[in-house]
Formats: sequence, structure tokens, C-alpha cells
Amino acid sequence: MEIDVEQYKKDLLAQGAEVVFSKTKNLTDTPFSYCGGCGHGVAHRLIMEVIEEMGITDKTIGVAPVGCAVIAYEFWNIDAVQAAHGRASAVATGIKRTNPEKFVFAYQGDGDLAAIGTAETVHTCNRGENIAIFFINNGIYGMTGGQMAPTSLIGMPSSTAPYGRNPDMHGYPLSLTNLLAQLPGTYYITRQAVNTAANVRKCKKAIRQAFENQKLKKGVSLVEIVTNCNSGWKMTARQANKWLEENMLSQYPLGDIKVPKTDN
Amino acid sequence: MAKIKGFVEFSIEQCKGCELCIEACPFDVLEMSHQVNGKGYTYPLMKHPEQCTGCTSCALVCPDVVITVYKVPTKK
Amino acid sequence: MSKEIKLLKGNEAIAEAAIRCGCDAYFGYPITPQSEIIEYLAAEDPYNKRTGMLVLQAESEVAAINMVYGAACTGKKAMTSSSSPGMSLKQEGISYLAGAELPCLIVNVARGGPGLGTIQPSQADYFQTVKGGGHGDYNMIVLAPYTVQEQYDFVKLGFDLAFKYTNPVMILSDGAIGQMMEKVTLSEQLPRETPDHEWTAKGKPTNRERHYITSLYLQSEVMEQKNLQLQAKYSEIRANEVRYEEIQTEDADYLLVAYGISARIARKVVQLARAEGIKVGILRPITLWPFPSARLKELAQQVKGMLTIEMSAGQMIEDVRLAVEGAVPVKHYGRMGGIIATPTEVFINFKKLFIE
Repeated sequence: MEIDVEQYKKDLLAQGAEVVFSKTKNLTDTPFSYCGGCGHGVAHRLIMEVIEEMGITDKTIGVAPVGCAVIAYEFWNIDAVQAAHGRASAVATGIKRTNPEKFVFAYQGDGDLAAIGTAETVHTCNRGENIAIFFINNGIYGMTGGQMAPTSLIGMPSSTAPYGRNPDMHGYPLSLTNLLAQLPGTYYITRQAVNTAANVRKCKKAIRQAFENQKLKKGVSLVEIVTNCNSGWKMTARQANKWLEENMLSQYPLGDIKVPKTDN
Repeated sequence: MAKIKGFVEFSIEQCKGCELCIEACPFDVLEMSHQVNGKGYTYPLMKHPEQCTGCTSCALVCPDVVITVYKVPTKK
Repeated sequence: MSKEIKLLKGNEAIAEAAIRCGCDAYFGYPITPQSEIIEYLAAEDPYNKRTGMLVLQAESEVAAINMVYGAACTGKKAMTSSSSPGMSLKQEGISYLAGAELPCLIVNVARGGPGLGTIQPSQADYFQTVKGGGHGDYNMIVLAPYTVQEQYDFVKLGFDLAFKYTNPVMILSDGAIGQMMEKVTLSEQLPRETPDHEWTAKGKPTNRERHYITSLYLQSEVMEQKNLQLQAKYSEIRANEVRYEEIQTEDADYLLVAYGISARIARKVVQLARAEGIKVGILRPITLWPFPSARLKELAQQVKGMLTIEMSAGQMIEDVRLAVEGAVPVKHYGRMGGIIATPTEVFINFKKLFIE
């Protein structure tokens, strides 16, 4: 028997049904410019939810990168600045060093953080800046149309390596996150994903940790978020999440890479 | 034990039809519409609302934050 | 109260002035001939010992200018300094600062180029500085000191202009002014304070809309409007902020046009010329942008010719020629490679060009 959905909702409301999930006020009403199914949207939401839940909206400044998230500030209902390609962590350094009481984060993609911004990323981490870096790794340049990224997998096709990434020609996938974990200036380094509800929950905890850590002044907290780019990968969103599970996660395994030492 | 009951609402016009919510739902509550929204995307509907527990899995993976989740509080 | 006078190197004067004018942060990367700026600041340790001003050595000129960008977004008085090859690296950041309309001070203690060039002084960065070394239609206010005292004074002036117009300001100095020592009358220590500018991104309180700082305007119509607004601001700066000094122009038959270290040579050339009965005066542009074009146009009605003295192949001469619109001959004399022309050599060439 077909249930009348509208009547069912009314009945549950009459039984006291309450909202248990709704859009955070820290996101604007502007629809995301991202392709349907893109992980950027979830990453944006989690960061904005954490800022709202911690009650630090009035003390937080975000730095948007160049890449698909170049207009992230259109969606984040917080104070934010847009940085030149690769320079987000240097901009974040300038903000945080002159405003040490604020919460500062840089939001960067793989090309931004691990190619053109490698120097800024490494040295920001090496100086132990008390900022959070959220690193969206989907193994491809999305905004410019699907070119090879430093994190593209071996054999992975892209518009600038149409026959697949060949290490002899293009070098190897760069796990910059693992390199950064070697630096004494990094405090907390973790790799997360947002492809399943369970992973989304874990990712949010990591983002929260990255913000909480700023109070401790012990260095950079970096959360790498492995995401899909279904347009760049030329798949449906569901196929892309499956491909991510089967291919990306063996190169970029999820979990904590560097966690603060506890006293006990 | 009483069954946990909930339901979801969609901001249909914001949906891009990626279907990730369908995949995420553990209780097979959702299906895609045959109609399209103003942008030409199909969008999710509740096929089996009675199976919804308000677990929020669909909302957690929704990249466009189009889902609001309701739940009837369980009696203590 | 007696004046506080100190013997300072040009580069040290920049650093001391920064601390005293209440600058919040300096971000830099060492490069000859301006490393004394960061060295002096590091030794003074204003963060711990004086005003709380932050001094940070960045990993590159690129990082330093972007750190300035970040601090400027929050309304802080931030500055960087470098020399010519380093300024080339900063051009991207300067374009972004201009596009996002952020105030900051940038100091170029110029050296010879192109390429790695030489560590000796030069004025060959005029084009890069005045014509917009980065991409897009933008201008910086450019101040050109010719004494160590001006090097000192222009730091506060630079910040004042930067905040007045929310625009980057550059001090275009050179290796000679940067390295020479002169006595400097110091100003009083100003408090380091951050006024609550309306445009800053410092965290969104509940009672206002979010602030975001960007130079990105994807819609052509909006981008054009942004450019028109910038051009209107530049017109206002052109109308209000032209600065120059005239020396013995009242009766001059010939005009020397020179800035920075070359203007000091020009002063001696005037003496040599007048000793021989040739009435020569000087117009010394203090702002290279906006350029004193209107005054030069007036002087073109009075003099028989103009000579620019530049330590380059002749760059400012283009702006002088544009200003006088062909009314009088405009010639150039200069040396390159870090050589400072002697007054005698300039005078001999002046006579060859205009008298003989």
C-alpha cells in the first residue's frame, strides 16, 4: 500500500518530530557552484558547522584558494579572504601572526597546496603556525578542466596525461601530507574522506580537533580530505565514490598520520 | 522497543541529482523522482517513509546541503 | 624638547621609522642591498622590546608579500622590503593587493638588472614600479627618497597614503641611498593601534554581514565596474598627491629632471653650470606615480630643454616626454651597471646635448 508522504510527515510532526539536521547558519543561501556530487560541498559544510558549534564565528577568518573553491567565500557566511594560487598558507600566516587570538584556516586543493604552493605549505608547517589547513585531495585539477594534479594516481587519465599518469614522464603521486608529518612544526595530521556517512562523521571530528588545537598554540593542524571529482574523473557521483574507495584510498589511506602525544 | 521514526525534506530546487543520498540511506527509504526540478535534475523522494529513522546519513553525504531531517524523540 | 638625531644607514632608517610609526608587521626575505632592514628590525626585536611589532623572515619574497596581504586584510599596518630581483617575485602579490584594495608599504632598494644583475645601485626598476609590474590595470603610489631623512619620513607618509586610499604604496629607493649614512631627525614613537576599518575581515560578529576580501570578479560587467572604480580612485590620487621639489627653476633656461640618488648629482651639476653662466634648475619628482606632469608641462614653456638623469637606459624620460608633449627637446643621460655618474661627466654631456 502506498503511503501518503505528506500525511505521514504531518502525523510525525503531531507526534513531536523535531529537526535533527538542518543547514548551518554559517553557510549562505547561495547554491554551491560545484558539480553535483562534489565533495567540496560536504567539506564546506563540516567546517562551517564546526565554527558554529564552537561559537567562534566572530573570531574566525578563512582563506580561500585558487581552484574550484576560489569563490568559497560566496558560500561561507564568515569573514574570509581570497588568496593567490598556492599562497593561502602564507596569507593565513600573515593573518594569524598579527591576530594571534583569532581562529584562522586555509582551504586548499591539491594543485594549490601540493604543486604551486609547495614552498608556502612546507614552510608554514615548518614554522609551526597555529592555523588549520584543510587540504582537498581529489587527484585532479577540477576548475581548469581535469588536468593532472601532483596527487594524480599512476595510470590515472587526465586532460594533460590522457593516456594515464606515467611515472617516467610525469613523476609519482605526491603524498605531501606524509612528508609534512615529519616536520616538528606540525601538531596534528590526519587523512579523512567524505564519501560515506561514517567517514563524514569522522572527518567532522578531525576538523573540530584542528580548530580546538589552535587554542593550544602547538603548531599546524592539517586535515587532508580525499574527495571525488566526478566531472574530472568522467564518472557519475556514485561511480566516483566507488572509484575513490577502490583506487584513491590505497594510495592515500585514511586515518591519523600524526597525533599529539598524550601525557599518560 | 518502539520503532524510531523520522522523515526528511528536500530543498528540491537546490538539488543537483547526484544520487549520493540514495546510496547512503541504510533503509532504502529514498528513490529518484521521474520529474525534474527547475535546473533539469531529477531529485530524491521518500519511497518508503515508514522505513526512515531520521538517522541523517543522507544529509551527511549530501554535497549541496539540501536535506533537512526530522525525528520523533524516543521516550525516556 | 630637544630633537632626537641619530646617524643611520638608509636601510636602518626604514626599519627605525617602521617601528616608530606604529607598524604592526614586517615580512621579508634577505637580499642585497637591503638586508639591513630586516637585520636592524631583528636586532631591535620590537615584538618583545618595543612596540609589539612582528618581524618575520619568510621563505621567499613571494611568501612575504602574501603574508603582508593576510595582515592587511585585517587592517594591520604591514610592510615588506626587497631589492629588484625580489621585487619581480612580489609582482603577483602586489597586483592582488591593488585588486583587493589593501593598504601596505613595500620598499624597493633597487639594484641593477636585468636578471641577477648586480648588487650595485640602479634606477632601472622605474618601468616595473610605475607602469605596473604585475598584471592588470592598477597603480601604486610611488615615493622616491633622495636622502636618508626622506627614507625615514616616507615610511609614515607611505602608510598614511596607503590607508587613505586603501592602496599599496612603494618606496622606490636605490642601493646608494639604502647604504649611505646620514643624520636623521627621529620622530616620536606613535602607538601601534589598529583602527576599526569598515572593510576588514577580522571575524564576523552577529550584527553585520560577512566581509570578504577578494580581487576576483567573474562577471565581466562587475569586473569592469571594479576597474572603473579603481580608475576613479587613481584619478583622485593624481589630483591630490603629486609631490615634487624644484631647485633654482625660477630663472632656469634648462631643466634637469632626476629623482633619488641622481637628484643629488643633479644639484652639483646645477652649480657647475651656473658657474659657467648657464642657468640650470632641477625638478625632482618625489612621487614617481602620480607623476608631476602638469608642472613639467608648465616648465616646458619656460626652458629650452630638459635632461633626465637616471641610472638606467632612460625610463622616466618617457613620462617627461609625455608631459611636455614635444614642446622642448627632452634628452637622457645615465649610467648603468651600478655606476653613479659624476657631476662633471653629466655636465659635459649636458653641454654636448644642449649647448655645443
